[in-house]
Amino acid sequence: MSALRREKRLYLEDVTVSFDGFKALNNLTLYVEPGELLCIIGPNGAGKTTMMDVITGKTRPDSGSAWFGNDLNLLQMSEAEIVKAGIGRKFQKPTVFEQLTVFENLELALAGDRSFLKTLRARITGAQQKRIDEVLGIIGLTEQRGFLGRILAHGQKQWLEIGMLLMQNPELLLVDEPVAGMTPQEIERTAELLLSLAGDHSVVVVEHDMHFVRSIARRVSVLHEGQVIAEGDMDKVQKDPRVIEVYLGV
Amino acid sequence: MSDRGGAWFLSVLTALAVAVPVLNLLVPAGSALHLSAFGITLIGKYLCYGMLALAVDLIWGYCGILSLGHAAFFSLGGYAMGMYLMRQIGTRGVYGDPVLPDFMVFLNWKALPWFWYGFNHFPFAMAMVVIAPALVALVFGWFAFRSRVTGVYLSIITQALTYALMLAFFRNDMGFGGNNGFTDFKDILGFDLHSDGTRVLLLVITALALGASYLACRVIVESRAGRVLRAIRDAESRTRFLGYPVEAFKLWVFVFSAVIAGVAGALYVPQIGIINPGEFAPINSIEAVIWVAVGGRGTLYGAIAGAIVVNYAKTYFTGAFPEVWLYALGALFVLATLFLPRGIIGLVQERGKEK
Repeated sequence: MSALRREKRLYLEDVTVSFDGFKALNNLTLYVEPGELLCIIGPNGAGKTTMMDVITGKTRPDSGSAWFGNDLNLLQMSEAEIVKAGIGRKFQKPTVFEQLTVFENLELALAGDRSFLKTLRARITGAQQKRIDEVLGIIGLTEQRGFLGRILAHGQKQWLEIGMLLMQNPELLLVDEPVAGMTPQEIERTAELLLSLAGDHSVVVVEHDMHFVRSIARRVSVLHEGQVIAEGDMDKVQKDPRVIEVYLGV
Repeated sequence: MSDRGGAWFLSVLTALAVAVPVLNLLVPAGSALHLSAFGITLIGKYLCYGMLALAVDLIWGYCGILSLGHAAFFSLGGYAMGMYLMRQIGTRGVYGDPVLPDFMVFLNWKALPWFWYGFNHFPFAMAMVVIAPALVALVFGWFAFRSRVTGVYLSIITQALTYALMLAFFRNDMGFGGNNGFTDFKDILGFDLHSDGTRVLLLVITALALGASYLACRVIVESRAGRVLRAIRDAESRTRFLGYPVEAFKLWVFVFSAVIAGVAGALYVPQIGIINPGEFAPINSIEAVIWVAVGGRGTLYGAIAGAIVVNYAKTYFTGAFPEVWLYALGALFVLATLFLPRGIIGLVQERGKEK
């Protein structure tokens, strides 16, 4: 590790992952700044999901390094340790607990002792109650707090899942295709939500919907064949000839 | 969550625990209201089955573990109680041996096997009623859950567990009486098992045990741990991803459920007067699941109601049309699954809403 680093939230350097000779990530280098909202776009098979898997410890790279802040080596941590260290991931398909209420979903996501005997006696403290109320406000589900997970609309489920990530107060949020299948109103609401989270958290969004990316992105990275081929604000990226060739296809 | 069904159930149980002694001991034998010894035994049996159903519902209804081997834990508890009762017979057995139960004398055994030591002491036997099923459940569950065996595969190996235990207990040289099992019990803590007073007392104790087990299960399912169990039932890997040790949760609740089943078996044996390896038969475990499905899975009191209703039907059918019973049971299960996905309790609740 070089001693001359500037403090960044996440460092991925020269990361290579190959599956049976196919390089899903090919010397990928990417940084995430504290409190920024970074959008990652790229065609199918560009390595977006593999990149998320490396960060969360699900996939181990063949070479390269991945650091969370300046002193946590993600490659030496288990998935659970990475979650505890403050990296939350929202998967593409929303999975909230359908037979539990919105409030109970958030309650289970509270930070705290996870053992059977501790949860058997656990009571919600005032501070926890406050945190749940706060998150309910952020994700806009205060009125739906008593609803069962299964009766929520698709968009509400996505927000609830983001809320469950927020309960653990992660420093870095990885959000995979948050607006797939959403109505225009839901997309707009999601954009507001993600923008409000940036600042307190670093947020990395992987998304296909270019209109949505344009509405939230401050910085965009374009992935292609396991590498970053362009980086910068949306206008700059969209004018990049390589990006036009491989992705926008115009 | 308000527990109206539970309040109902506990009131009925209390009424039963008061009415049975009155109707048996105070109402004269000639009266139409008199409850016979047979009637007491029958009710006692239903309550024990209710406890078994409760144990099944706790893990199946709330944690999604479909155990098709819960009768094994019931039988283990029953055998532990049976061993105590056998030692109490003493010289009153056919062979009059003060230490060895009759079947050991018959097999020409000279000394008591080591695993029979201590069973002449009631507290020790009662401890074993809890420890034996808990230990089997712990070892079995530890291997099964750690290997992430779930769903139908888990159900199949629970069947294998109870079947293997049945075969083992059928063997004479296991030292548990072979296919005859234990019977001819005389008394428990000095009380004559054939007297009405003892029968009534056993029934009241069974009612208390059932009520206490119900409340314990209710406390678990209403706690945050209970919400984690339901989360495991509906989305196991998601729960693991939230950081909950899913295997440990399953193991705890599986062992607790096995203990309830074991206590139920221990209360069953002195009331029925016999325990044999047939109790381990796979069909018994499957029947327990049917009770829960018919009564209403995931409600606790529904499972108990299901056990009582189905067993009452069984008593009636096997008396009136013995050859029809198994068909009736099968049809009941199919109909309940098709038309009453939430069981009798679900039906009652919907009726209540319409009004």
